[in-house]
Amino acid sequence: MKNIQKIGLGLFLAGLGIFISLIFLGKYDVSPQLLDDIISNKGIKSELFINDLKSNVVGKEFSNPFTFSSKITSALATANETHKQNNEWDKVIWSKPHSFAYELAKSAGSGPIKENKGLFWWLTFGLGIIGSLMFIIPQVITLGPPGIKNNSIWHNSATNRGWIGWFAFVFLVGFYILLYFFPDYIVNWVYLVDPISESISGNPASQWFLYGFLYCVVMTVMAVRMYIKYRHNKYQVLRTTSVLFFQIVFAFLIPEILVRFEKPWYDFKNAFPLDYDFFYSWNLDQLINSGGFGLFILIWGIILTLVIVPVMVYFFGKRWYCSWVCGCGGLAETLGDPYRQLSDKSMKAWKIERWLVHGVLVFALVMTGFTLYAYFSGAQDVLGIKTQTIQDIYGFLIGSIFAGVIGTGFYPIFGNRVWCRFGCPLAAYMGIVQRFKSRFRITTNGGQCISCGNCSTYCEQGIDVRAYAQKGENIVRASCVGCGICSAVCPRGVLKLENGPEKGRINPTDILLGNDVDLMDLVNQK
Amino acid sequence: MEHIVIIGNGISGVTTARHIRKLSDTETGSAQAKKITIVSAETEYFFSRTALMYIYMGHMKFEHTQPYENWFWKKNRIELKKGFVKTVETKSKTLHFADGDTLQYDKLVIATGSKPNKFGWPGQDLEGVMGMYHKQDLEKLEKYAPDNKTCKRAVIVGGGLIGIELAEMLHSRHIPVTFLVRETSFWNGVLPAGESEMINKEILNNGIDLRLGVNLKEIKADENGKAKSVIIAETGEEIACDVVGLTAGVSPNIDFIKNSGIETGRGVKVNRFLETNIPDIYAVGDCAEQHEPIGQRRPIEAVWYTGRMMGETVAQTICGNRIEYKPGHWFNSAKFIDIEYQTYGWVFGERGRPEYEKHFHWMHPDNNKCITIAYHKDTNQFLGINTFGIRMRHEFFDKILTEKRDVNYVLEHLADANFDPEFYKLHESAIVNQFNEENNTNIKLKKKSWKRIFQTS
Repeated sequence: MKNIQKIGLGLFLAGLGIFISLIFLGKYDVSPQLLDDIISNKGIKSELFINDLKSNVVGKEFSNPFTFSSKITSALATANETHKQNNEWDKVIWSKPHSFAYELAKSAGSGPIKENKGLFWWLTFGLGIIGSLMFIIPQVITLGPPGIKNNSIWHNSATNRGWIGWFAFVFLVGFYILLYFFPDYIVNWVYLVDPISESISGNPASQWFLYGFLYCVVMTVMAVRMYIKYRHNKYQVLRTTSVLFFQIVFAFLIPEILVRFEKPWYDFKNAFPLDYDFFYSWNLDQLINSGGFGLFILIWGIILTLVIVPVMVYFFGKRWYCSWVCGCGGLAETLGDPYRQLSDKSMKAWKIERWLVHGVLVFALVMTGFTLYAYFSGAQDVLGIKTQTIQDIYGFLIGSIFAGVIGTGFYPIFGNRVWCRFGCPLAAYMGIVQRFKSRFRITTNGGQCISCGNCSTYCEQGIDVRAYAQKGENIVRASCVGCGICSAVCPRGVLKLENGPEKGRINPTDILLGNDVDLMDLVNQK
Repeated sequence: MEHIVIIGNGISGVTTARHIRKLSDTETGSAQAKKITIVSAETEYFFSRTALMYIYMGHMKFEHTQPYENWFWKKNRIELKKGFVKTVETKSKTLHFADGDTLQYDKLVIATGSKPNKFGWPGQDLEGVMGMYHKQDLEKLEKYAPDNKTCKRAVIVGGGLIGIELAEMLHSRHIPVTFLVRETSFWNGVLPAGESEMINKEILNNGIDLRLGVNLKEIKADENGKAKSVIIAETGEEIACDVVGLTAGVSPNIDFIKNSGIETGRGVKVNRFLETNIPDIYAVGDCAEQHEPIGQRRPIEAVWYTGRMMGETVAQTICGNRIEYKPGHWFNSAKFIDIEYQTYGWVFGERGRPEYEKHFHWMHPDNNKCITIAYHKDTNQFLGINTFGIRMRHEFFDKILTEKRDVNYVLEHLADANFDPEFYKLHESAIVNQFNEENNTNIKLKKKSWKRIFQTS
């Protein structure tokens, strides 16, 4: 068994190594024909830029994406600067430089990867998947009989912020930075999934298709790990199946298939304000112009946020979304599960959390308010602030940096729910409902708690569960995503996630069940 | 300002301090104001002793076992003093510390807990021989049994709750374990036979070398004074080992008051108000011994929650509301490797079982879940339940016991009692069916009712 795991680890690392090295391979050569296509597609009117490319890029071969990208981005920057100085606003190219370079690179690239997509898919994705599964599946035996097996988590440098954890951190953060800000460096990765994209939507892959596909692959592999680790716990097994289903079908397949039928790309489970650009003018225009189906999406999106989300939170707590449906939650509960013990449980962290997560919610609502006002009034700016600017700031700070780079990149350091806990505006919204108007609670079983602290340690949301359990109090907290792990790891059967009557849900106590009845009455009923 | 000194920063001492602070959280100048000092020689801050095993197993770090952050004590004006109390001088109300320091008190609470039993075995104080109670024991274990290269085998002496925990700990690091149990079946002084047998199997299934019905004769030393083997009394067999765990129960940790005039038996003798024979001196937790047992409880209860309850109670007395310690219905819980155990009310094993106590026993075919319900053979009154692998609701059984319901009522409402996580397979109907078959009854299981569940609170 150990040997199978070692071989698996070797294959996985080989796949990872090849995947990383792909960035540095391949050649980029822009033909005059390609340049003309891009110019007409993008409607580029800047002769400065065109001439710059013609003399410095076209017909030249670049052996890595970095010099290729820098030529294009600098040409774009120089041209734009001149045009802006001269007030030639129609000639300014508004595309993001690296996105523009990405589009050019995707077509201009050549080399072994583009020519052998299938082979390289197997050498990267294939080796990664097979290797991981060879590492994970023997755990059925190596972990021992079903039950809570958290042995050595704090002795292992992958899960105790040791060097492997820091390595994973660097890799994940690097990946997100490339994905969001330097897509032109990773065209080789995108080539790998072109055939899959073409088979689903009919189009070649974008970097976002790559991300979506990788997301599904990672979740599936790590879900296998969840199934093995928690095979004695049906709540965990069902919950894992649910997030996996919603990710693969709703977030990945349906939107791509919609595109094939020339409908707008839409993830039906992604609720505003997590789906922060739902009310952006381009999206509204696209939906309205897509006929009845677009209108259906528009109405569905509004009903989802205003009716379905709060009603479901009332009946089941926000877990129905965060731990059963959501894609961010799905990744956190699969890829992130090995890191859940790293969340900060201090009072200080709780204070920061409340300011931050509600701050993001307010930010999202204000931005959307501005956007809608601008949309309906036709104004460019509100209160002297350009809506475009505020949207850009939100997209950069919250959408990319917080949700992606920090949200997932920091798993191995701050635990697996950094985004959900500190940043997600939808979580903040549902949290308010859950705290004040919901049937959901984690019931504490009388006086059985022994304050061991397993619940708090393994709470990914950094809730000090024990602080409630050792007082005999039910846990009713805005941030609880109802993952159920506190209940699973409790050695004394103290915690149970339940939906019950609102009355008695919050039960502050000083003296716990089991002591003198008169004393309990005296102290608890004040 | 009245100075309350508490010796011992375990659950009893800390609960006492917390509740005194709650009750006397007034202006420092007022008559009710109290200064609180907790003394401990073990650790600077309160930690959960029950979680020591999880540190060794790598589930948690030591800091995770501390229920309160370090700022908590200052914020609540609870002073912490690290030091070992050598003697108590009751006349002058002075504590004398091992390092020569002294401390004056107005009221003293003794909450020094337990220490592992040693029965005079030859070699019991050798290097590599340890209990599993104090933080220092954990440090010793980490030193002598960090892995299965340093410790090629460990022998555990004593088949109680700490013994099986220590076995699980060592097993988690793949260290071979021989587990010497005096009884003929694990913990059968407490558990009925079927349950005890199930735990025997659980221990064996985990690859632990369980030896039943054997006693330790002696521990042999190597040339460096470190344990190298144990000899079994009954067979004379010598088992080579690097670590010996002594887990044959605990007894009150009260040597330091032996000559103070405070009355002691096995523990510090207290009345129902947790007062000792000396005014202004109280004892709570594992180290306190009741003059008369309360109900069917033992005079000394080394249980987490009784320590907490005594703390809750004595704080009232110290703050002027003199109140008797009246623990409610017995309950407890434990975990035997992967099998969780809960008990509510009294279910006796073979030892000390009253003649009127009748048992109904159900076991899952997989042999990893079972329940035993004890009831009165004449009146059918429900007396208690043991559950293994099935979680049950404390409030439900507390109410049943208060209302003195019969066994039929309990079985009818078993669905209300279940506390397993959602979507778990439920076994209530199998349990009720078996009871009906065995007793020619016609009990019908009622559906779970939130209304009834909430009436209990």
